Order: sequence, then C-alpha cells, then structure tokens
Amino acid sequence: MDWQYFWELFFGGLTRGSIYALIALGYTMVYGIIELINFAHGEVYMLGAFTALIVAGALGIYGFPAVAILIIAAAVAVIYCAAYGVTLEKIAYKPLRDAPRLSPLISAIGMSIFLQNYVILAQTSDFMPFPNLVPQPEFLEPIAHIMGASEVLIIVTSAIAMAALTLFIKYTRMGKAMRATAQNRKMAMLLGIDADKVISLTFVIGSSLAAVGGVLIASHVGQVNFAIGFIAGIKAFTAAVLGGIGSIPGAMLGGLVLGWCESFATGYISSDYEDALAFGLLVLILIFRPSGILGKAKTQKV
Amino acid sequence: MQGLKKSILVSLWFMFLTFPLMVIRIDSLNGTIDWRWENMLGMGAGIFVLSFVWRFMLARKEAGRAAAAGGAMSARGAWFERLRSDPKAAVPAMALIFAVFLALPWVFSTYQTNIMISALLYVMLGLGLNIVVGLSGQLVLGYVAFYAVGAYAYAILNSNFGLGFWAVLPIGGAMAALFGILLGFPVLRLRGDYLAIVTLGFGEIIRLVLENWSSFSQGPSGIANIERPGLFGMQLSVNEATTYIYYLILAAVIVTIVAVTRLKNSRIGRAWQALREDEIACQAMGIDITTTKLTAFALGACWAGFAGVIFAAKTTFINPASFTFLESAMVLAMVVLGGMGSVIGVSVGALVLILLPEYLRAFSEYRMLIFGATMVLMMVFRPQGLVSPGRTKYNVPGADGVGADAARPAAGGNA
Amino acid sequence: MSATTATAAVNASAAVLDVRSVSMNFGGLRALNEVDLQVRQGEIVALIGPNGAGKTTFFNCITGIYVPTEGEVRVTPRDGRTVTVNGMKASEVTTLGMSRTFQNIRLFPTMSVLENVMIGRHCRTRAGILGALLRDPRTRAEEQRIVEESYELLKSVNLHQHYQDQARNLPYGAQRRLEIARALATNPFLLCLDEPAAGMNPQETLELKELVLEIRERHELSVLLIEHDMSMVMSLSDRIYVMEYGSKIAEGTPEEVSRNPRVIKAYLGEESHA
Repeated sequence: MDWQYFWELFFGGLTRGSIYALIALGYTMVYGIIELINFAHGEVYMLGAFTALIVAGALGIYGFPAVAILIIAAAVAVIYCAAYGVTLEKIAYKPLRDAPRLSPLISAIGMSIFLQNYVILAQTSDFMPFPNLVPQPEFLEPIAHIMGASEVLIIVTSAIAMAALTLFIKYTRMGKAMRATAQNRKMAMLLGIDADKVISLTFVIGSSLAAVGGVLIASHVGQVNFAIGFIAGIKAFTAAVLGGIGSIPGAMLGGLVLGWCESFATGYISSDYEDALAFGLLVLILIFRPSGILGKAKTQKV
Repeated sequence: MQGLKKSILVSLWFMFLTFPLMVIRIDSLNGTIDWRWENMLGMGAGIFVLSFVWRFMLARKEAGRAAAAGGAMSARGAWFERLRSDPKAAVPAMALIFAVFLALPWVFSTYQTNIMISALLYVMLGLGLNIVVGLSGQLVLGYVAFYAVGAYAYAILNSNFGLGFWAVLPIGGAMAALFGILLGFPVLRLRGDYLAIVTLGFGEIIRLVLENWSSFSQGPSGIANIERPGLFGMQLSVNEATTYIYYLILAAVIVTIVAVTRLKNSRIGRAWQALREDEIACQAMGIDITTTKLTAFALGACWAGFAGVIFAAKTTFINPASFTFLESAMVLAMVVLGGMGSVIGVSVGALVLILLPEYLRAFSEYRMLIFGATMVLMMVFRPQGLVSPGRTKYNVPGADGVGADAARPAAGGNA
Repeated sequence: MSATTATAAVNASAAVLDVRSVSMNFGGLRALNEVDLQVRQGEIVALIGPNGAGKTTFFNCITGIYVPTEGEVRVTPRDGRTVTVNGMKASEVTTLGMSRTFQNIRLFPTMSVLENVMIGRHCRTRAGILGALLRDPRTRAEEQRIVEESYELLKSVNLHQHYQDQARNLPYGAQRRLEIARALATNPFLLCLDEPAAGMNPQETLELKELVLEIRERHELSVLLIEHDMSMVMSLSDRIYVMEYGSKIAEGTPEEVSRNPRVIKAYLGEESHA
C-alpha cells in the first residue's frame, strides 16, 4: 500500500471535511432553532469568499503584506456574512414563521437564486483568481509533501472555531438560551428568552462560520465564482444530515466523514462522480437513517 | 415619521451591506480599483422606497388576513371569478384566447414562434409539477430530471434505433413515470423539506450521470441531429417544422390543461389534496398514502417526460446543461407565482416568467434575479399565488344553491 | 334513557373490538401498560382518565397510527370475520370499518365542507386515473353518488347549509361535527371519537349527545369515545373504562365506575356526578 498517497488523501479529506463542517454548522444550528433548511446558506459562504476576494484585491493594490491582507479580508468577510445572514432571515424567513413548512423553504430557494444573480450582476459570472495569501513557513517543511500550509491553516482554524463554538454553546448565557430555544421555543419564550434575538444570533454565528470557510477555501483553491455556494451548500447539508441535523457535534463529525468519503473515493476509485457521491450519500442517509449518526429519531405527535 | 426614520436606517443598512460587491470592482490587470459610488446611491434610494412598499404590503397582508377571519369576501378579482365560473363569460373568453394562440405562428416570425414554443413547454412542465407540488403538496426540486429522462429517451432511441417521435412520446412519458415511481418508493417516508432535498439530489445525480456516462449519453457534448417530428412522412422546411411543432405543443398544452383539471376534480385528485392538507387525517380517512403519493409522482413525472420528448424534437440537440437545478427552480417559480394548485394560474405564471424577460430586453439580464425575488416575495406576501385555485362546483340535489356565507353560530336544534 | 334500554339488548352480542393487553413503549417510556378493552355490537363505550393517562395513545394504537409494542387488537367487521389489526396501516384499518376523529381537529382546512366528507368516501369507491381522465359514464355516476351521499351526511349533522364553505371557516363546534360526518362517510362499524365535546358549550354538548345516539341507531354502529365531560360520559355510555398512567384501573357501567373508590381517588373526585 502506498502510504504517502493514503496520507495525502487522508489530510485532503480532513481539509475538505473541515470546510464542510464549518458550513454544516450553520445549517444544523438554524435547523435546530427554527426547523428550516436554510437553502441560501451556501450563498452566504459564497458571499464570504467574494467579499474576501474584493477586500484582498483592494488591499493588495495598496500594497499590504499578505498576512495582514488575509486577516483583514477574513475579518471583513465574517462581518459582512453575519450581516447578510441576519438580513436574509429578516426578509425571507421571519415573515414566514407561522406559514406552512414549505413556504420558508421555497423562499430560501428564491433567496439562493437571487443572491447568486446579485453577485453576477454586481461583479461577474467568471471565475476570479484568489491570491495565495498563506505563507509557507519553514516548520511545516517536513510535512509539505502530504499537506500544504493552507491545508494546515484550514484544519487548525476550523478546529479552533468549532472548539470556540462548543464552549460558547455550553457555557455562556446566550449559548444556553440557544439550547433552550432549540428544545422548545414556546417554553423558552415563556421563560423570558427573546426568541428573535436567539434566532438572529444563530444566523450571525452560522454565517460567520460559513464566511471563515469561504475565505479559507478560496485562498486554498485559488479561485471563486458565484456558483461555488450551491455545491458546497448541498455537501455541507449532506454533512449536517449525516451527523444528525440539529446536532452540533453531529455536523462536525458529518463534515469530516463526508470529506474522507469524497477524498478516498476520488483518490482510489474515480473522480468522475465526485459530486454525485455526496448526493447519493445524502439520498441514502435520508432514506435509511434520517436521524443521522448522532441524531435522535422523533415520534410524530398526533 | 417613524416610518421615515425606519426607511432611512434600512436604506443605510443596505448601502453598507452591498458596499463591497456593488461599489468596488478590482481591475487586476491594471492594478486599479473602480469605485462605483453611483451604485451605492442608487441602492440607497431604491431601498428607501422599497422599504415603504414592503411595510405597506405587510400591513395590507395583515389587514387581509383579519378581513378573511371576519368572513368578508374581497370584491377584488370579482370580474375574474365571474369569467371563470359563469359559462356565458368563460366560453367566449376561452375561445378568444384559443383563437389568438392559433393565429400566433401566422403573425409572428419564426424566432418569436420559437419563443412561444419554449414558453408553452414551460406551461406543460409547470402544470406537471403542479400535480406533485400544487395538488399533492410534495415539494420536488429535481423535477427537471424527469424532463431529462423524456428528452434523452427520444434522443437515444431515435439516434440508435431510428424510432420516430410519435413512437417515443408514450415511451418517454412512461419511462419518466417509471423514474418517478423509482424515486417515489424510497422517499415515501420523508416529508416536506427532506423530500425536497432528496429530490434535488436525485435530479443532480441524473444530470451527473448524463455528463459522465459518455458511452450512453455522449457526455457533456450532448446528442445532436435528433429528428423533428414527422408529418405523414412529409419533408418540412425549418419554418414549417417550427409551425408544426408549435401546433403540436399547443395541442399538448391543451390536453395537459384538460387532463390536470379533470384529475384535480376527481377522486384521485381529492385524495392528493387531502394528502397535502393533512397526511395523518388523510390516512385515517382510509386513503393509502403510498399509492396516492406514487400516482402523483408518476403522473407529474410522466408529463415532464412528454415535455422532454417534445423538447428534444424541437431543439434537435440536447446536452446535460439543459437540465440543471436552475431549470427545476424556474419551473417551481412558475408554479409558485401562478398559484399552487391552480391550473390557470400556473399557465399564466409560466407564460409571464418566460415571455416577460424575452420581450422586455432590459429585463433579460435580471431574469434569474427576478425569478429568485419572485419566489421570496410571493411566499411572503401572497403564498396562494396570483390565482387561487378555483372551487369545484358540485351538483347537489336539494341544496339551496348558494352555500351560506361564512358559517356563523351553527343552527340550533339537533340533527 | 335510550342508552340503558339499548344496553340489555347489546350485552349478549359479540365484541366488534377486542383489545387484549396492549402495551406501547416510546423508547424507555411505557405509555400503555397491558390495556384490555372490548366494544360490543351497538354499544357506546367511553374511555376516561386524567390528562396524560394514555387515552389518545390507545386510540392511535388501535387505529393503526402507532403499532403497539405488545398485545393484540382484533376487530370484527360487519362481514363477521375477525381480523387482527396491529401492524396494519391506518388506511387499512379505516377501510376495514374503524373510523375516528381527532382531539385537536384535523380537517382538510382549505377544502370545502362537502369535499371533506367526500374524502371519507374514498375507500368505498373505485374510480382511478383512467376514469378521471376519460370521465366515462361510470366514473361520473360514481362521482355524483359520492356527492349525494356526502351531502346526506352533512344534512344529518346539520351542516348542509355550509357545504361550499372552506372547512377552516366553520365555527369550532361545527368543525367537530364535520369531523364526525367525515368519519361516518367511511361507512364504519365502529366510530372512535377523541374528545368530541372539547371546547363546546353546554348546549352544543347536549346536541352532540343526541347526535351520537342518533348516529348509533341510524348507522347501526358502535361508538368508542374519549371524553372529559363527565355529564356527557355518564349519560351517554353503556360502559366505561378508566385509565390512569397508561393502565386500566376500572371498567363497568357508569353506576359501577362512579362508585369505584379507586376511580374516585384517581380521577373523578369531587367531579363525580352527584
């Protein structure tokens, strides 16, 4: 067995999986709170990548150093994505909170199409090159043959972001309010939790994580266009479902599992059906174990 | 005053929100930044106005809801109701519309006729999807997959076995229906949003297979030189063929309208609607939801299959790029705009969404933007669509004709 | 009252519903614990108990919405054969002839009042896709028959005036009666009513009681009902089963049950019909 190839695929999968996990967290948190598949979430990720691209481009022209550009671009992307996420919720979902369940989903699909075309019209429909901003420090030299610096950055950043999120949800006041709302919104409201605030916060956190993912993947892959959100969104959703939608550790686990599946399948079998793999997996999970790996099965109330 | 302040804040927020994408454009070749401040001003002004409209519409929706709860019927759209329910008005109106459609190819250029053909194809697709989404309430996002099945069925059977259009039309429909059932079986237990995503995945898988299985579908380059439908073995010029296909699709649309209307008002159609309204109650009333869902899937898919065969025959060239998710979303937008469950509404919705961007050139660039916005706005402000489904009239012997207006305290006395 | 005179005649006949030690577990929670219950031909049987006693779960178990974890549910439809229904789909159970209403009304809200009842006729009619598309005379005749039968049922619950209205626009009490009409449209031998009087005023409750008695006579069916309104239960039922915490704690005639110390302690208390 070719171990170097194996490790390459392993870390490639881990890299992908981390990104999927970051985006999947947004899906799973929103679903946990308002039981909605935020179909436009992939678009928020794409907007993050695009915003970072523009900021990086502008700063590059003014001659900023690469590391500073990366940090500023990422920060701006996070702020903007949070803002987009909240706005999205206010326009497309909030007015539909008491509507039949399919209404917000259709609205979300509309929003997704709208945002893609907004980017096309405001910027371009072409692929845009994303500058390589990640330095290749010397201490990574020994592992350079299996993973590059940007991959290390992705894995480390994702791990930190997820750890921070876990701590936040577990120990802070707002985090507890979120968990309470996810379990029983009516009860939480009766106990004085401002559900609107919790929902907004959920969108802020989810969108920020997606932005981080967007910036990381853009600098890793080196190009961005309006359509990257759709595929990434579906895959991240698959990850969320795989782990058990509504479950935060589930989303992380699901992301990694999907990343590895893709990486090994394309590496050892064939890359023709790379995208079909995720779709197929999604269909299979939803049919055979809709509650996912870590989710709990629900009984229907009559 | 309150509103003014709110609108200013909202418009400032959107100016901030759209700043990087709308204002900055990087010219990486020359290393310069193109600052498009005029976009920001336009955005600010536009949002300022829109926020008033938004609040006005929301208030009106609330008022409308309150009025409906009070049992009042709006007088608005009364002429339309009359047109629909009074045969004296409906028959001439329908005859007129029919005459206009019959005359179109003689008035229009071939180019315009072609546009009408694709618009009518979308009407057909919209009506087919309406069976699944509008009547039975199952949100299917991969509808275009069945369209692809029909189109590829014709393309492959024609280029490999020389089968003609009329022979493949039923085969294409049947194959699509079969795919509908194949998809239907595993997803029976899923509800609502999960079903939507699974069907989306299914649609994408079909497209990816068509793209990658080159020996079968010739991959991304597609299949060319598909035969046009023959007319008693006559050789038709391109113009004549276009006219012929126009009439063919017009006939197909009429058949579709009749069929969907009949289905809707039948025992099966009622079961679909009951399924849409309440799955549990539907089962408890003795309706087998498995077969009910599967028939809806199969029939909806079947229509997409028919449309696909006609599409392949019309364009004579197909490739997987014609069958993306965006296409499914477009058909869904038509159903949503027109009014889920409403045959007239969906037909009008499809025509509007295809023809408007074609004829208002200024719009064509914004076409998909408008599609997306339509879906959001319709859901927020008018979820029932432009045309709410018509009430079926039943011949009830001994009834006093007019059902009492919204039922007030039920009549006393025991039954 | 008619209820007591009917009892004597009924006692001799066979059980149309025979539930033997049915249990239902949700995960670790035991919602029903070995419940036995019989309904005989023509009887009105009430199932009472405090909130959360498992009454609705019991209904869901016998009507096919849930599959009981243990035990057996046997029914004897009009044709005389006895069928075990646990594991059957809800729609099959209804087709056999057991029909129900819901505690939290589940009508088809945007369909018309008449259509709601017409849905009930679904399992007793045949027309398929081809019939719908071709509209042959047989399909048309069947359709007209559905309309007429449904309208007749609406008359019997006094809702025929409203047959064209949307179901959701009916007042609460009328919606309850519409649910009964819809259930009757499936032509049941056993009608299961889940809190039919909930939310009704005393006058409406009284009318409902008359309606249930009349339905039993006219459609020759048995009734199993869950109800909290004690005056209605006591005056309407031939026999009463009492549940608490998922178990049956008593059964008998209204007289017997209301004298049972365990029942009084558990549930009736001061509410006991004095």
